[in-house]
Amino acid sequence: MTEPLVRPKRKDPLKRTRLPLSPPGARSRTALGLATAAAQGRFMLQVCQDCAKTIYPPRDACPGCFAPAPPFCDVPDGGVLLAVTTIRTSTDAYYRERMPWRVGTVRLDCGPSVVAHVHGDCAEGDRVAMSLKLDRSGQAAAFALPARETPDMADDKQLREMTCDPKFRRALVTDGRTAVGQACAKALSEAGCTIVFVGIADAWKPFPGEEALRKTANVEIVPLDLTNSESVGDLAADIGGRVDIVVNTAEHVRPGGIMARKGLVVAREEMDVRYFGLMRLAQAFGPALRFRGADGVNSAAAFVNFLFVHALANWPEFGAYSATEAACLSASHSLRAELRPGGVKFINIFHGPLETEWFQPLPPPKVAPSALARSAVDALKRGLEDVFVGDIAQDIRERFLADPKTLEREL
Amino acid sequence: MRRRQSYKGVVAAAPITIPYERFSIHGAHWWIGRALRALAEQAHLKPADIDGFSVSSFTVGPDTAIGLTQHFGLSPRFLDHLPLGGASGVVGLRRAARAVQAGDADIVACVAADANHVDSFRRTLSTFSRFAQDAVYPYGSGGPNASFALITRDYMNRFGATREDFGRICVAQRENALAYPHALMKKKLTLDEYMGARAISDPIHLFDCVMPCAGAEAFLVCTEERARDLGLPFVNILSTIERHNAFMDDPIQYRGGWVVDLEEFYGLAEVKPEDVDLLQTYDDYPVISLMQIEDLGFCKKGEAAAFVRTRDLTYRGDFPHNTSGGQLSVGQAGAAGGYLGLVEAMRQLCGLAGANQVKEAEVALVSGFGMINYDRGLASAAALLAKAS
Repeated sequence: MTEPLVRPKRKDPLKRTRLPLSPPGARSRTALGLATAAAQGRFMLQVCQDCAKTIYPPRDACPGCFAPAPPFCDVPDGGVLLAVTTIRTSTDAYYRERMPWRVGTVRLDCGPSVVAHVHGDCAEGDRVAMSLKLDRSGQAAAFALPARETPDMADDKQLREMTCDPKFRRALVTDGRTAVGQACAKALSEAGCTIVFVGIADAWKPFPGEEALRKTANVEIVPLDLTNSESVGDLAADIGGRVDIVVNTAEHVRPGGIMARKGLVVAREEMDVRYFGLMRLAQAFGPALRFRGADGVNSAAAFVNFLFVHALANWPEFGAYSATEAACLSASHSLRAELRPGGVKFINIFHGPLETEWFQPLPPPKVAPSALARSAVDALKRGLEDVFVGDIAQDIRERFLADPKTLEREL
Repeated sequence: MRRRQSYKGVVAAAPITIPYERFSIHGAHWWIGRALRALAEQAHLKPADIDGFSVSSFTVGPDTAIGLTQHFGLSPRFLDHLPLGGASGVVGLRRAARAVQAGDADIVACVAADANHVDSFRRTLSTFSRFAQDAVYPYGSGGPNASFALITRDYMNRFGATREDFGRICVAQRENALAYPHALMKKKLTLDEYMGARAISDPIHLFDCVMPCAGAEAFLVCTEERARDLGLPFVNILSTIERHNAFMDDPIQYRGGWVVDLEEFYGLAEVKPEDVDLLQTYDDYPVISLMQIEDLGFCKKGEAAAFVRTRDLTYRGDFPHNTSGGQLSVGQAGAAGGYLGLVEAMRQLCGLAGANQVKEAEVALVSGFGMINYDRGLASAAALLAKAS
């Protein structure tokens, strides 16, 4: 039985903050295929296309028939936990301060034996569900979970190292005026955040949904204008050391291609809210997040970013907006690398058109703001890095992976 | 399959141990040099006389055997670098013996040595192998303690062995070590102390673990005639085997490659397990010694725990085992750990062992096991040696 987490006490401001360390992060290039799977929450191993053998650890040729470069494929995650040990001494500094630590050997139904992190509710002889998680070095790690959900399962000490669970953490939602921002505030509150700071620029201006937002448990409205560096800096100075999860919900969706517009006014606004807004947030809150990556039960955990899926491939009907989103996508990869030393994840939630006013003329399917918020919380709970929400986002992703040039013509 | 040929006329001579140190400021080259010097002194050889060189070391990087030829002024016509850990000794012996037998070399210096600096163990672990880097070290970084803990757990579940059974091996080896001058562990160990030791990675506790240290072991391989001319103590090689990555489909390791070649191993030597007067197993973790006692035919699979319960494993006993104390009590000087049992068996058969001498030692079995690349030891090897007749 997992011991449920206890809500952490207020931190003594005089106490030294434990610096974040990373578990060993060196991997062969081939093994990085596991990180690709883990980032999406899939369980994939190499499967030989010639002799159908499932292979682990990752290899450059099939040990059944020497076929080169077996690809990573989704495989069944079931297995039996053959042996468990509780490691009590380690040569690695990260693990040393997290002892004891359980690992075990799992015989997968699909063939190979996997040395894995083992959830506290799994015992020798049990059926387990194998998963791939991103550990605090950002690399994939095999994690054996109970085959069926157990009480307080997410509170397992080792599992929580791999996830960004909102329980007992404090989140900042950057724009509470948007439907997505309000949905996120609600979802994070329901997921157990002890405080959900919600940014509102020019609070004297009323907005739809304000009353419900103010009534949401644990929500605290804070002044925040992402287009104003001073505003972002002021808020970070005030609450930066108490924010564990940043969720950027700032939007500026405007239709039209680049030639459809006269001048740069709208493009500048898009960039100011989305791209420079992301930069302001990252510069103001990022260093504190990275510094607090090992700060106890409510350590800093994640930066969540919503991206229009046409960041991957431009859709000329929203041509200028797609370009802004592409800039944000590129920036996200830099930020992901910059946050990694703190063990803080950068989560991209890709979406197609939303059920919001600026996508009003478009036909369905469209993604409801509540569905987007649910996906964000799910990604946090599972520790994912890349999530594609809704049919359109999934469709564009598949077409993009198949061939970006063909997708360009299709759009 | 073609059968292995006899080693008639080829011998292993001049067993050398350079006493171990827990930590040493010296590098692997220094230890190898000391071993070569000791071999040369005993056999009255100059560097130019040594025309074969076989080396095993984890810490000699960035050098390999070829660089060492220049370092030590050797000009060999047979050169081997064996990164086989605990199987290095037996494999080094058998390859050198074939080289001598075929006329590729006259006299081969076989040396294993490793340095141990304050942080070198951690560095070795984190870069041990690609599979270790990708699929073991990031999981709690328990090193071999954790890997062997999983193998030990499974062995206990499968065959009903208990911690006391492992403890018997460790306690007997400590008793042997008290009679061996170069052992690093010089304090008597009781079964109660073994049982009460702190857990390292359950069910592995403190006295199941070897202590990393620095040191060197070495011997020469040459013809029997040459050994006699040089006035060297030597042993005859009756039979040897090696087998790697055997039973790769076993979900977890409970047996090793010895099983595959056992019939030929004893057949070539024309001896049976009951003819063996002393056994040197590779003992980094006692479960592996139990596995070897089974897989080398001293008892049936799964019965080694019962076997050791009824035997006296000390050098004075009815089943002398790891008579110098093994790595568990002498220390593990990296790849030299793979030579320790072989060099000790040579001393025993030559009557050079000292206080821990086994009486009437005629036939010795030396077993090697090595290289936890991912979840199991890949290399296994064994040699049957006999007192010079």
